[in-house]
Amino acid sequence: MSAKRESLFSKKNMKLIKDPLNDSNPISIQVLGICSALAITIMLENAFVMSMSVLFVLIMANVVVSLLRNLIPDKIRIIVQLVIVATLVITVDQVLKAYVYEVSKQLSVFVGLIITNCIIMGRLEAFALGNKPGPSFLDAIGNAFGYTWILLVVGFVREVFGSGSIWGIKIIPDDWVYHINPDTGLTEGFYEHNGLMLLSPIALFLVAAVIWAQRSKNRKLIEEN
Amino acid sequence: MIDYVNIIVKSIFVENMIFAYFLGMCSYLAVSKSVKTASGLGAAVIFVLMVTVPVNYLLENYVLAEGALAWLGEDYASYDLSFLSFIMFIAVVASIVQLVEMVVEKFAPALYGALGIFLPLIAVNCSILGGALFMQERQYASIGEATAFAFGSGIGWWIAIVALAAIREKIRYSNVPAPLRGLGITFIITGLMGIAFMAFLGIEL
Repeated sequence: MSAKRESLFSKKNMKLIKDPLNDSNPISIQVLGICSALAITIMLENAFVMSMSVLFVLIMANVVVSLLRNLIPDKIRIIVQLVIVATLVITVDQVLKAYVYEVSKQLSVFVGLIITNCIIMGRLEAFALGNKPGPSFLDAIGNAFGYTWILLVVGFVREVFGSGSIWGIKIIPDDWVYHINPDTGLTEGFYEHNGLMLLSPIALFLVAAVIWAQRSKNRKLIEEN
Repeated sequence: MIDYVNIIVKSIFVENMIFAYFLGMCSYLAVSKSVKTASGLGAAVIFVLMVTVPVNYLLENYVLAEGALAWLGEDYASYDLSFLSFIMFIAVVASIVQLVEMVVEKFAPALYGALGIFLPLIAVNCSILGGALFMQERQYASIGEATAFAFGSGIGWWIAIVALAAIREKIRYSNVPAPLRGLGITFIITGLMGIAFMAFLGIEL
C-alpha cells in the first residue's frame, strides 16, 4: 500500500500537476476551454464559481472515465463521455441554482456549456482514456488549476478597472468617480471607470497579454506562425 | 415574415456566436489557418445547427418544459423535466451528428468529402449546444423562429471563421512580435473584430 502511495506522488506524477499551470497551460498553450473563460470573467466571483464548477466536473469525469477505460467500446466513447460529463454538469447546475442563485443567473447558459468545454473532452480523450485513475486525478487537478488562475487574473483585472471593486467590495470610493453633485449641480471627482473592461472583447486582449508574458519568459513556446 | 428576417439579422450581427458569446472558440482558433477548411467547417456548423435546434425545440416544448407533457393527459400536466435538458440536448446533438454523418456519406459523397473530418468534431463544438441552450433561454414562439435563429447563428459563425482565416492568411507576411505569433495575435485580431461587430449593436429592422 505504501509503495503505491509513494508512486502516486512521485516526481513524474507531480509533473502532471505542475506542467498545466505553466508550460502546457490548457488555455494559453493547449487552446482548450476558451469559450467559457472569456464570457464569464466580468466579475471575480463569477470567474471563481465557474472555475470551481469546472474543477469538480473535470476531476470526477477524469477519474470515472479512467476507471471505465477498459469497458468503453472505442466506437461510442464520445457519447459515453458526454453522458458522464452531462450528468456531472446537471449536478453542478442544480447545486448552483440552490446555493448561489444570483451567480447562476449571470452564468446563464455557460454552466450547461461546461459539457462541451474542450478542456474536459480534451483531457478525457488525451489522458483519462489511457491512464490509471491516480494519475488521471492529478492531471485533472493540474489542468483545472491552470484554467483557474487565468480566469482569476482576467476576472480580477476586469473587475478592478471596469467597476472599481474586488469580489463586489468597492475599492475605489464613489466620491472619486465623476458624478454630478445634486446640491450644487457641479461635476465632481477625477476618476472614470473603464467601460471597455466590461465589454467581452477585452477578455481576448487580456488573455493575449498573458500569452505574451508567458512566451517571452519561456522562448521555447514561441510558435512558427 | 419580418419577424424571421429580424431574428436572422440579429443572430448574425448583433448576437454573433463568436464575437458576443465566444461559443465554439476552440475549433474557431484551431481550424482558421486557411480559408478553404474554415469555410468547410463553417458550412458544417450551419448545417448541424439547422438540424439540431428544431429537434431540440420540439423536445423542449413537448417533453421537457414545465407542463409540456400535457398532451399525454391531465395527470402529466404538472411534470417539469427541465433539469434533464442538458443531458437530453447533448444526447440529441451527438446522435444527430452521427446520423447526419452516415446520411451524408451515403447520399452525398462529394459533400462528405468536403465536410468529412469536421462532422464528428462538431458534436463537441460549444456553438451547437449553445444554440440549443439559447433557444431554450429565449423561448422562441414557434419552430420557424427557432430555425431562423439557428440559420442566423450558423451564418454568423461562418462569417466569423472565414473572416479570421482570411486575415490569418495575410498576417503571415507581417512582422509580429515573436511571443505573440500564432495564438496571441489571433486573440487580438478576434478582439478587434469583436469591437468592430459592436457597431451593429441595437440594429433592428
